Amino acid sequence: METLAGIDYPTLWFLVVGGLFSGYAILDGFDFGAGAWHLFFKQEKSRRLALNAIGPVWDGNEVWLVIGGGALFAGFPVMYATLLSGMYIPFMLFLMFIIFRAVSIEFRGKEEMAWWRKMWDISYSVSSIVLPFLLGVVLGNVLLGLPIGENFEYEGGGFFTFLNPFALMVGISTLALMMSHGAIYLLLKTEGRMYAKLTVLLKKGMIFFMVSFGITSLYTLIYIPHLSDTFRDQPVLFIVPLLVFLSIANVPRLSSKKKYGQAFFFSSLTISLLLVLVAIELYPNLLVSTLDSQYNITVYNAAASDKSLGIMLTFAAIGTPLVIGYTTFVYLTFRGKVKIDEMSY
Amino acid sequence: MDVEILSRIQFAFTIAFHYIYPPLSIGLGLIMVIMESLYLKTGNKEYEILAKFWTKIFALTFGIGVATGIVMEFEFGTNWATYSRYVGDVFGSALAAEGIFAFALESGFLGVLLFGWNRVKPWVHWVATMGVFLGSMFSAVWIVIANSWQQTPAGYHVVGEGMEARAEITDFWEMVFNPSSMDRLIHTWQGAFLAGAFLVLSVHAYYLRKGRFVDISKKAFRIALVVATIFSLSQLVSGHSSANGVAENQPAKLAAFEGHFEAAAPGDMYLFGWVDKESQQVWGVKVPGGLSFLLDYRFDTPVTGLNAFKEEDRPSQINAVFQFYHIMVSIGMFLIALTLFACYKWIKGDLFESKGLLWVFSFSVILPQVANQVGWFAAEMGRQPWVVYGLLRTSDALSKSVTENQVLFSLIMFFFIYTLLLLLFLYLLNKKIKHGPYEEKEDDDRPFQREVAQSFSTPKN
Repeated sequence: METLAGIDYPTLWFLVVGGLFSGYAILDGFDFGAGAWHLFFKQEKSRRLALNAIGPVWDGNEVWLVIGGGALFAGFPVMYATLLSGMYIPFMLFLMFIIFRAVSIEFRGKEEMAWWRKMWDISYSVSSIVLPFLLGVVLGNVLLGLPIGENFEYEGGGFFTFLNPFALMVGISTLALMMSHGAIYLLLKTEGRMYAKLTVLLKKGMIFFMVSFGITSLYTLIYIPHLSDTFRDQPVLFIVPLLVFLSIANVPRLSSKKKYGQAFFFSSLTISLLLVLVAIELYPNLLVSTLDSQYNITVYNAAASDKSLGIMLTFAAIGTPLVIGYTTFVYLTFRGKVKIDEMSY
Repeated sequence: MDVEILSRIQFAFTIAFHYIYPPLSIGLGLIMVIMESLYLKTGNKEYEILAKFWTKIFALTFGIGVATGIVMEFEFGTNWATYSRYVGDVFGSALAAEGIFAFALESGFLGVLLFGWNRVKPWVHWVATMGVFLGSMFSAVWIVIANSWQQTPAGYHVVGEGMEARAEITDFWEMVFNPSSMDRLIHTWQGAFLAGAFLVLSVHAYYLRKGRFVDISKKAFRIALVVATIFSLSQLVSGHSSANGVAENQPAKLAAFEGHFEAAAPGDMYLFGWVDKESQQVWGVKVPGGLSFLLDYRFDTPVTGLNAFKEEDRPSQINAVFQFYHIMVSIGMFLIALTLFACYKWIKGDLFESKGLLWVFSFSVILPQVANQVGWFAAEMGRQPWVVYGLLRTSDALSKSVTENQVLFSLIMFFFIYTLLLLLFLYLLNKKIKHGPYEEKEDDDRPFQREVAQSFSTPKN
């Protein structure tokens, strides 16, 4: 098996996919979060400001989903096939809402009528709430494991098997995390009365997150003890959950000082660290079979060939600086508070 | 209906709908780059106004293209799990390249293209436009390569057996330059340029007929006519080269294109016709030996027919493949005739004199769209019963765990959402066209308003 810096290719690609997913969660996370608050803004002007705060970047953020999905498909085809076919209904709903959301953003401003704008406001906000929730639900199912049988086929059947208490809790916590994250982003982009209103909303968001995250963690520790096995085996890893808590604590601390730039950094760090936590809990598994451990999907039995992974690692090495380069260029062009002009939404 | 039929309908429906938009984005991208380059070169404000106008329409097509494109990527995993496991190792690197090199480029610069007019210098904006255009071209590269690999697999070997079998990549460049990829890529690009150019032609022909925005529309019409003429003609060349490739690599598909049954006899070329699969007859108007001539420049060269293949190894919907292919070719010929005639009128100096011609251009917007759709239908249905030619059958490629009810649910859902989406798209497109290229505050060349403006501004003695 080929290695790079002592790490084998499948593990390396696991890190790449993890990095892409956490990039996606941080970036699309703030625009989902901003959208989830949308109906809390009552005035037309505030809603336009909120939309234009994400206007030039949401589409680029969604690219991370396309790349992350592509990376999972390319690197771990078995995982991609089993997860997506097994979680058919949540993924179909996800696609439906992602279309609704894109359409709402594009079409809202195209007509003046109040009912037209209200309709798209509702559809935009509802889809921005449902999307992070669904992602959380899928994540919850991945953490629990799925009924996987021969040939790594999903054998759960049924329409609603993806709904279980733990998955719902992870879904709600994900939504809450994104809502705080989105509120901080909007605070960075707005001023005046809207800014004042957002400081209140952010407090609510942070409380919502603390409560839902606390309950989910407690539930995990009591009812799903195997998820913390890795941490019991290697106590040194305890540093990661510790960092998660420190990072979370920094968000309200910096927010109360109105240092929202730094708060946004720690909010993003929290998202990444939580995904690191998930990665540690799972690795080397990607998806545990609840039927028989011989059907566990791991980074090794799901991985593409070393040849293929080698090609893709080269792509990633060339492509990543490019993507970071023009992402930075876009964010710099639109830095500072939102301004509305004739090309705006 | 079973899961296979439902999944195939869903994939066909979602990809056909998706494919209305990317060709428009690529084609309009090219026209926008030309318009902005002319603005930079001449400093003529009219080109900037045109570029801005078409950017707004581009935004509409691009947004829907992205949203419906994400669906395609996910559907591989949700509905075609066995296929995903089989091709992931090969196909995956092409998709990953699409994401990282192409899609990120276009979406990254899109923000600046749409919202950056007043924020960056004109040349920086030009770079953004170019970035988006190139990004959309690169997207086509990787997607067409992946699809071409399914038509003419190369640079791989098969590992494992039965349900465990997987294709693994052995040579990346051999996979990229598989026998059909370059012909099909060029054919696809040019089809996209035509889709964009004919939309521009259609809209400005409409303005010219109505006597609105006349000066600016003449400029735009000429730009798009040049693009349309060049690529209608070159499409003939790439189509011919592509057909030669099909003859060599996928003889069953070529035989279905022309309804050619006999295992080894000279092939005829039909202008139009109807295939009766039972009696192995084609009713229609033909050039005897025409197919042989196109492939080998001789009228009597034998061409491999459908009967050379076992029943289970050849496409079942032969008449449909035949019709789709012939509609595409007929449209291509018509577009060549139309653009050449318009160029002749341009040289004569009366391009904009004939309302009839402008009418034809107004309606021709639909033709490249139809040709792009039926061309893909011919290519994909002609490959059946294989999803990866000669390696993996469509019926084996399904997700084993997905049930009929699940697919029926998603199919109905897509049907409603996409219908709504299409109606909204047409409504907003129509609205933007009716409104025209000018912002309210800008000067324009609408004759009536210019007169009104002058009557107010010129002091009367």
